[in-house]
Amino acid sequence: MEELIRVENLQKVFGEKEVLRNIDLKILKGEIFAFIGPSGAGKTTLLRLLNFFEIPEKGNIRFRGMNSDIINIRRRMSLLFQTPAIFNNSVFENVAYGLKVRGIDKKIIDKKVGDALNIVGLPGIEKQNARTLSGGEAQRMAFARAIVYDPQVLLLDEPTANLDPANVMKIEEIIKRIRNERGTTIVLATHNIPQVRRIADRVGILLNGELIEVNSKVGIFSKPRDARSEAFINGEMIY
Amino acid sequence: MSSADFLIQGVIKALELIFSLNPYILSITGVSIQVSGTATILATLTAIPLAFAISFMHFRGKQGLITLVNTGMGLPPVFVGLFVFLMIVPVGPAGFLNIVYTRKAMILAQYILITPLITGISLSAIKAVPRSIIETVFTLGGTQKDAVIETLKEARFGIITAVLAGLGRALAEVGAILIVGGNIARTGSVGGIGEGLSETRTLTTAITSETSKGDISTSIALGFILICLVLGVNILANFFQRRE
Ligand SMILES: Nc1ncnc2c1ncn2[C@@H]1O[C@H](COP(=O)(O)OP(=O)(O)O)[C@@H](O)[C@H]1O
Ligand SMILES: [Mg+2]
Repeated sequence: MEELIRVENLQKVFGEKEVLRNIDLKILKGEIFAFIGPSGAGKTTLLRLLNFFEIPEKGNIRFRGMNSDIINIRRRMSLLFQTPAIFNNSVFENVAYGLKVRGIDKKIIDKKVGDALNIVGLPGIEKQNARTLSGGEAQRMAFARAIVYDPQVLLLDEPTANLDPANVMKIEEIIKRIRNERGTTIVLATHNIPQVRRIADRVGILLNGELIEVNSKVGIFSKPRDARSEAFINGEMIY
Repeated sequence: MSSADFLIQGVIKALELIFSLNPYILSITGVSIQVSGTATILATLTAIPLAFAISFMHFRGKQGLITLVNTGMGLPPVFVGLFVFLMIVPVGPAGFLNIVYTRKAMILAQYILITPLITGISLSAIKAVPRSIIETVFTLGGTQKDAVIETLKEARFGIITAVLAGLGRALAEVGAILIVGGNIARTGSVGGIGEGLSETRTLTTAITSETSKGDISTSIALGFILICLVLGVNILANFFQRRE
C-alpha cells in the first residue's frame, strides 16, 4: 500500500518533560491505524503533531512527502478532539464549517452536510442548535463536521472514550464505513483494547512517549515482539 | 413649606418640564447623547481591534499596552479631563486644534476615558472563548482570519456588554466633560428656566450647576432622564450578559 505519512525520529518536549521520543512510523493509505497506550503515554500529543498543531523539537513529519505549506496539508486532514468543541450555532453551521472556510458553493454545501449527517445517523437535524445535542449526538455531529470535506486522513483522539456502548458501536461502524466507502485513512488513538481488535488494521503501542512496537493487528495479538506490549494487551500492566 | 412639600413640588414641576418637552432640557439631553454616543462609537472602533490584536498577535510592547489598558480602566474622570485640558489649551501641545470648551473636546475626553474600559472587558470576553474553539477552526482548515471571526461570534455578547459598559460610564461621568467642555449654554432663556440652549452642557454637568443655583425641579428632571438612560443601558447590558 502507498505510504501517506512518514514520521522520522520525532521528539516532543513540554517544559522539562520529554513527552515523545524517537518516533519512527509510516501510515499507509486507506488503513485504520490505532495507537494504544495508557493515558499520559503521548497519544494526543502525537495526533496533534500529525495535524501540524505542535512543532517537534526534533525529527520531522511528511504528508505525501510535504512538510511545508501547513494550511494546505492541514486542509487534507481532519483531527477530531476527544472532547469536541461545538460552535454556538446550528448543527448545519457546525457541520458546514470546513466547507465554508474552503469557499465551497452553497448548493454543494447543503448536499454534503446532508450526506455527512446521514452517515453519522443524524439525518434532518440541520436546524437544531448544536449545543442542545446529547453527548453521543454531539460526538457524532463532530464526526460529521470532520468528514464533511472528505479529508484524506482522519485523526481520531479517543472518539468513544466518553460514550455509552450503543454510541460506541455506532462510531465504530461509522469509522469502518468511512474507510470502506471513501478510502479515508484513519489514525486512531485509544486505550480501548477490544476496540482495536474490532476495527484496526495495524497497531502501534505507545508507552511513556516511546513507540515500543508497530505491528499488524494479528501480529500484536498473537505474537507481540515486545514483552511490554504483551503485558499491556493482556491487561497486566499497572498504570 | 415642609421638606416633603418641597420635594413633591420639585417632582411635579420636573415631570411637567419633561412631558412638556422643555427645549432647555431636551437640548441638554441631546448633547449628552450626542457626546457620549459619539465617544462610545469611536472608542468601540478602537477597542475591539485592539482587543483582538492583543489576543491574537505577538508584537513588541504588548505587555506595556495591557498594563496601560488595565490602568486606564480605573482612571478618575477628572484626571482625564485635566490631562485633555492641558493638551488642548491654546498654549498646550494640541492647542492648534482649537477645541477647548467644545463638544469635540468632550468627545475626545470621554473617548480616552472609556476606550480602556471597552478594551479591557472585551479582552476578558475573548479570553473566555475556549482555546478548543480556536483549535477546532484550525483543524477544520480555517485560517487565522477565520479564527478571529469565530472568536468574535463566540464572544459577541461579552463584547456588546463591554460597549454598553463604556456608554454607561460616559453618560454618567461628569468630571472630564466639565473641565474640557465648560458646561456652556447659550445666552438668553428658553422654556422659562435656566439659560439658552445647551452648547456643551450635559445631563450630569447641568445637574451640578442647576443644583448649586437652587433650581431643584430642573435638577430632578435632568436626574430622572439621566437615570432612565443609564438604567436602560444597564438593563440591556444585563440582558446580553445573561445570553452568554
Ligand atoms: N501542552 C502541554 N504542556 C505540558 N505538558 C503537556 C502538554 N500536553 C501534554 N502534556 C503532557 O504530555 C504527556 C502526554 O500527554 P498526552 O499526549 O495528552 O497523553 P495521552 O493522550 O496518551 O493521554 C502527559 O504527561 C501530559 O501531562
Ligand atoms: Mg489523550
